[in-house]
Amino acid sequence: MEDYFWAFVVGGLICVIGQLLLDIGKFTPAHTMSILVVTGAVLEGLGLYEPLLDFAGAGAGVPITSFGHALVQGAMIEAEKTGIIGIFTGLLETTSAGIAAAIIFSFMAALFFKPKE
Amino acid sequence: MSNKQKKKLTPVQQQYHSFAKEREPRRPVLANCLRAFLVGGLICILGQGIFDFFRYVLDFSEKAAINPMVVTLIFLAIILTVYGVYDKMAQWAGAGTAVPITGFANAMAAAAIEHRTEGFVLGVGGKMFKLAGAVIVFGVFSAFIVALLKTTLAMLGVI
Repeated sequence: MEDYFWAFVVGGLICVIGQLLLDIGKFTPAHTMSILVVTGAVLEGLGLYEPLLDFAGAGAGVPITSFGHALVQGAMIEAEKTGIIGIFTGLLETTSAGIAAAIIFSFMAALFFKPKE
Repeated sequence: MSNKQKKKLTPVQQQYHSFAKEREPRRPVLANCLRAFLVGGLICILGQGIFDFFRYVLDFSEKAAINPMVVTLIFLAIILTVYGVYDKMAQWAGAGTAVPITGFANAMAAAAIEHRTEGFVLGVGGKMFKLAGAVIVFGVFSAFIVALLKTTLAMLGVI
């Protein structure tokens, strides 16, 4: 049960940061999402995102910041095996499921559904 | 608007600018943040539930359960987008629906459906990444820099 509590709190707080960027920072949604992804990548680089994931589970895994984390993580796993070229081969490895699913389901949505209103 | 841009304006334009700014509706920042917290947190609870389902019911390992969780969330978000539900939720929740991975999926599906009238290649294919493209480009580039720095430092024996 505790897992769910911390997932809620941490996930909610990351969304509040996003909301503050929108409202106070006056960034567009695209800028806000980009800032959060870059933040996730930098935090992973500093070794801070993994502990956050251990602590908050889906609270850190579901927000878009985890996309930045997963990109760096994939690149580092391969880079440890094969050096610099591993960054290129590993970069999109962990995020493949998310990107592929989003492309495939979005295409199917466009195939079978018409715009609402 | 920055001061540099302001200087280029004529006095009348400057007057109008401050006039318009005074009448701009104030954003209810606190209420927006509370909604974002509530909805964003609930989406993460849902994610945790799906994660636990794959982990304990279908016996995935802790690392392996993340991928099916992400795919399931994306699938659900796109179903809700198709029926116009996600966009209604987004109007109320703001960043609460935009920041989770479901917002990324929603942006892609909405763009794909919206541009369908322009054809499948130029519309759906070309415009699907209208917002999601920025996330992928900046994510990939920043991750590349971070990974390159870490790898170089590791090779030099600094870390």
